[in-house]
Amino acid sequence: MPDGWRVLVTGISGVLAARLARSLSEHDGVDEVIGVDARLPVHDLGRTRIVRSELTSPVIPEVLDRERIDTLVHLAINSARDDTGPQGRARIRELNVIGSMQLLAAAQRSPHLRTVILKSTTAVYGSEPGNRALFSEEVTTTESKAGYAKDMIEVEGYARAFSRRREGVVLTVLRFANLLGSGIDSAFARYLALPVIPTVLGYDPRIQFCHTDDAVEVLRQACLDTRPGIYNVAGPGVLYLSQVARIAGRPTAPVPLPLVEGLAGVFRRVRHMDVQADQLQYLSYGRVADITRLRERFGYEPRYTTRETLRAFLDEQGIRPLVGESSWLRLEERARELTRRIAAGDDR
Amino acid sequence: MTEQQRNLADVIAIDRSARRRCAQPLPSGGTCRNWAGPSGLCQIHDDGTDPPPADEAAGSGDAGALEEFVANLLAFLRRRVTGDYDIDVYGFDRDLTENIILPLARPLYRSYFRVRATGLDNVPSTGGALLVANHAGALPLDAIMTKVALLDEHPAHRNLRELAGDLALRLPGIGALARKTGNTLAHDDDAVRLLADGELVGVWPEGYKGIGKPYSERYKLARFGRGGFVRVALQARRPIIPVAIIGSEETYPIVGNVSWLARLLNLPYFPVTWQFPWLGPLGLLPLPSRWLIEFGTPIDVSEYPPDAVDDPMLVLELSDRVRDTVQQMLYRNLMGRRSVFF
Repeated sequence: MPDGWRVLVTGISGVLAARLARSLSEHDGVDEVIGVDARLPVHDLGRTRIVRSELTSPVIPEVLDRERIDTLVHLAINSARDDTGPQGRARIRELNVIGSMQLLAAAQRSPHLRTVILKSTTAVYGSEPGNRALFSEEVTTTESKAGYAKDMIEVEGYARAFSRRREGVVLTVLRFANLLGSGIDSAFARYLALPVIPTVLGYDPRIQFCHTDDAVEVLRQACLDTRPGIYNVAGPGVLYLSQVARIAGRPTAPVPLPLVEGLAGVFRRVRHMDVQADQLQYLSYGRVADITRLRERFGYEPRYTTRETLRAFLDEQGIRPLVGESSWLRLEERARELTRRIAAGDDR
Repeated sequence: MTEQQRNLADVIAIDRSARRRCAQPLPSGGTCRNWAGPSGLCQIHDDGTDPPPADEAAGSGDAGALEEFVANLLAFLRRRVTGDYDIDVYGFDRDLTENIILPLARPLYRSYFRVRATGLDNVPSTGGALLVANHAGALPLDAIMTKVALLDEHPAHRNLRELAGDLALRLPGIGALARKTGNTLAHDDDAVRLLADGELVGVWPEGYKGIGKPYSERYKLARFGRGGFVRVALQARRPIIPVAIIGSEETYPIVGNVSWLARLLNLPYFPVTWQFPWLGPLGLLPLPSRWLIEFGTPIDVSEYPPDAVDDPMLVLELSDRVRDTVQQMLYRNLMGRRSVFF
């Protein structure tokens, strides 16, 4: 009888990894699920065993060998952390880039490995004003100067190098759009939770979301089937940032371009929200990734559109609009009634 | 009581709150403003036939039109405020374009430039096609007028997706508006995808050279770049429709270019026109030339094999052919033009 899957999931303290681990541990064909993170997870993980360790620790290659891990899912990638400031940015970079580098180095020496799945981001395409409208996976990524996008471009580079050296191992790179869902703590999710949403005056970026349910399902299928290659993962449909604010019912505060840097600094100090240059660029120009390959080659149709993802997130977070849709409808009805009476009154 | 007195009594007896006017068309051209009886017609127009069906939503005549307008406006505002409108992946906001931008551009189209659009039957009602036009006039008013022509006058009311230059989409405010009206940056892949999706794509290959050309060179087409638009049409296998726009050159007749100022402000050119900068902000007003937009016979490229995209000779040949066609159309229409402004 063939052995079942033996999966190692990094970043297990995050909600995406936790849900994936639980889902995999409940699958009959999966023998072992091991979760790794420096922080202890708080979610329910089913049969998953936890190893508390940094990715840079020598424990990792030991676990890979001893447990005969054949599927490695690297989800210890984050765009935001609780600590901010220059130390915070360096810390995020260390966790993302150095951690990935060490993990892939350990994976390279592991003989049992058959599949490596990497959580990446559509941010690697960048948000330059001269960018194309729709990004498909063949487009070479941007030469980003700083921030999360640059980290991920480097990490993808390490993954590609790994794939060249271990040709028998299937590498799946999943570029997720902004993830939204219960428990997701990302830079953008925090931004949407603000009482007033600051925007850049005169710019309205196109935004795309990916629901965590879809993300978990794509990860699951990537684990259990062979899906080599790079895939953009996002919900169908696009929203403007102004639309996002209106659906959320939040007022926007347009900030003129010269003042944006200053305001970002204030946010860093007061609200502990690290806003990087690439994120500011995203808030000006946006970016949209094409999910045709996800649909046709991967064979997955997302269950939530961008609008539905946002709606679900808002409902979950309890973000109520300042003026509800029913109020607008009633206002419209009253105004129509008024005009009807004025028009009829004109005839008198 | 006579017949007339009885009818008058009928009319007076009805409930004043439901007062309606007869609204039958008069031979003089207006509508009848007499009070309507229970049948909905006044005693003059009521010949005893069945009454018209009662219309709850709208009143009669002008009042009905006003109500409908206000109802549409309120519904539009509500959609805007709650974010209840769709945009496509390129950022095209059809709701905004058709309900706000088009009505704003229409007076410019109809009354100011008095645009006459001919050859609209050369533009298909469905399916993609690449429209190639001449560019002139310092500001891309020709792009706006072509868009209005296709949206308003074409029987299928088609939206033109225009490929804009970097500058237009980079500016604050204007950039976002350009994207929302269906324009996107001129990337080959995006253009091919738009055509394959059945959209009309408009391209102005002269680019900044065309729009910034001096008045002395009006209607003489500048070089058509490297023929990128031909590659797009070949790859998507969609026809190329040459378009000639007369009148755009005379909106801002460029007599000079302050190149150092253009470099300073990072602009492709800083034009000196008959109106600008002498008249100050008034100089931004275009001269009211009379426009003509002619859509020419489509050039079919589907007969070429798929690898023709990589054939530079074919691409250049087709590019020259399209350029010559547009130039001929321009000359022909210029010869037929009697006056620039009237």
